[in-house]
Amino acid sequence: MNVQPQPIRTAAEQALLALLERRLAGPAVDGPLAGRIGELRRAAHAAFAANGLPHRRVEEWKYTDLRGFLREAAPAATALGISDGASAPSAVAFPGARRILFVDGQLSPAGSDLADLEPGLTVVPLAQAMAVGRGTVEKFGTLAPQRYDGVLALNTAFFGDGLVIQIADGAKIERPLHVAHLVTHDHPVATYTRRLVEVGEGAAFTLVESFEGRSGVPYQVNDALELFVGDTGHMDYVRLQDDSETALHLSTVMVDIGRDAKFHAFGLTTGAIASRVSLYGRFSGTHSHAGIRGVTLLKDRQHADVTLLLDHAVAHCESRELFKTVLFDETRGVFQGKIVVRPDAQKTDGRMMSQALLIGETAEMDNKPELEIFADDVQCGHGATAGALDEDLLFYLKARGLPAKEAEALLIQAFVGEALEFVEEEGLREALIARAERWLNARTG
Amino acid sequence: MALLEIKNLHAQIEDNQILRGLDLVVNPGEVHAIMGPNGSGKSTLSYVLAGKPDYEVTAGEALLDGQNLLEMDPDARAAAGLFLAFQYPIEIPGVATMTFLRTAINAQRKARGEAELSTPDFLRLVKEKAGDLGITQDMLRRGVNVGFSGGEKKRNEILQMTLLQPKLCILDETDSGLDIDALKVVSEGVNALRAPDRGMVVITHYQRLLNHIVPDVVHVMNKGRIVRSGGKELALELEASGYAGYSQDAA
Repeated sequence: MNVQPQPIRTAAEQALLALLERRLAGPAVDGPLAGRIGELRRAAHAAFAANGLPHRRVEEWKYTDLRGFLREAAPAATALGISDGASAPSAVAFPGARRILFVDGQLSPAGSDLADLEPGLTVVPLAQAMAVGRGTVEKFGTLAPQRYDGVLALNTAFFGDGLVIQIADGAKIERPLHVAHLVTHDHPVATYTRRLVEVGEGAAFTLVESFEGRSGVPYQVNDALELFVGDTGHMDYVRLQDDSETALHLSTVMVDIGRDAKFHAFGLTTGAIASRVSLYGRFSGTHSHAGIRGVTLLKDRQHADVTLLLDHAVAHCESRELFKTVLFDETRGVFQGKIVVRPDAQKTDGRMMSQALLIGETAEMDNKPELEIFADDVQCGHGATAGALDEDLLFYLKARGLPAKEAEALLIQAFVGEALEFVEEEGLREALIARAERWLNARTG
Repeated sequence: MALLEIKNLHAQIEDNQILRGLDLVVNPGEVHAIMGPNGSGKSTLSYVLAGKPDYEVTAGEALLDGQNLLEMDPDARAAAGLFLAFQYPIEIPGVATMTFLRTAINAQRKARGEAELSTPDFLRLVKEKAGDLGITQDMLRRGVNVGFSGGEKKRNEILQMTLLQPKLCILDETDSGLDIDALKVVSEGVNALRAPDRGMVVITHYQRLLNHIVPDVVHVMNKGRIVRSGGKELALELEASGYAGYSQDAA
């Protein structure tokens, strides 16, 4: 008798596999990329069938057991939810930014400002770009990590709508482009969105993204973003994850950084019952700089995971990471940061820091910074701290008349402010600082 | 009525008894100096009055304008008019001095049921008072005390005191770490606050400060109590003879 070893699958994994099989049998991508995308989808399906959802015994997911957080596989949203009525959620707008809106995983032409795009800026819906099959879209999937990433595999298998954004060589796009994601359904759905962004040689671009949705609904977001920063290019990426307090948020951000280029990323995380952002960064050209920073504010029973893998593949690059996490109540924060310095990446200068403030009695922070260095002439450092608010600082503020709550809020604002001040664009920086303040005042007030 | 009335105050930190039955009365308009050897409990007295949580009061009372200070939170004590100029003012990175000053003033006004200060009024007031103390606009924009020299930190304390207009000022070794020029600026700032309805307690190790801030009463503290009180000439006597006679004192 021929017995195949069958992995034990959770109900959600079985449901996801069934959905995957239906997806593979469904409509395929049109155009020149049909073969490759089909191949990627089948590979993703096979990898998921073999490995399933990442769980505690998978090193990169040790602190975030997705089998536990994803107990029911929500079907991919196909229709629009309920976007009118008094209880309908609405998407944030950032002053001065051009907004493109995705509702329930689909581009909303009515909510998007696609008129009079600046010269050098091209924004094309993903399906349309696939049908043409030339340019940036040809790079689809090329930044995927070597290791199995179950979340990215699901995105690759299921992805529906998305965008391809291209900045022509030398174009400096001053106005930030905001891609807003909103889930409006009143029952659990999953959204699988994907975007590719290519910043041309010497070009400059600021991309803002936001994720929000209907309160009380356990919807699931699985988003993937592939970024290519060309030689001497400059890209700022700012993201706000403010999904509803019942949502599951999973994001994969992949970036390739060319020569003499700058990439700055900043994330403010306040939403979702459980979230994970995996950021895969790679320097493929020398003398470039990456600054990756974030602030996470958690309350009640939220769980937020930021996992970073930065590959210094070439010499003379500089990277700076700073992550601040504030944990109230019974929350749990996770930071995993790994810097890999390849044998040829001499003169690498890398510094990574994660700091956590534990306010809640039973809050927990898991910090795992790692350096993997194969070159011998580099400067790399990492640090991690976790602690309570400084009693002496609190006393000083109280002795000047600040009530305890106000003193705490001021110190927490100062703590997160050290990371927020790195957001370069002033309007965005102020909007994010105001958001963080509102969150803290609501929590501590 | 006395502005500050301390009766039989006992306080300890962990199991270490520091104040052992201290009595002190400060009337409105008076400046009292408290001197004494290291470890006599001078700084502890200032922290206990301001409400630092590390200290436990085991007996006695302290009244400010008849209100029981020891039952109040530190912020309520500040709003009631008590101000402690810290011996070691701490740095608060990320909180701009301007923001801190405005937040403190308005928190106290709110606690007293007064309207908040308007932004133009606040800016005008800070500009005037900071200028008198040689505190630059750049320092006001920086984080509280971040990158300030020892003298600048002390001047920042006096600026806060000037803006908050407390009833009772406690200066804990404000002269420590000051050169003679800084000492003059700080003393002038303190003297400008002397008023018939305001009291001051000046804690110092050295007589030097008292040449600039001339006290009405001088107390000598030892082993957690006031062991001698007199006029300003007592400070000069201490300067000449030292504290040797007191540290032997087993009373």
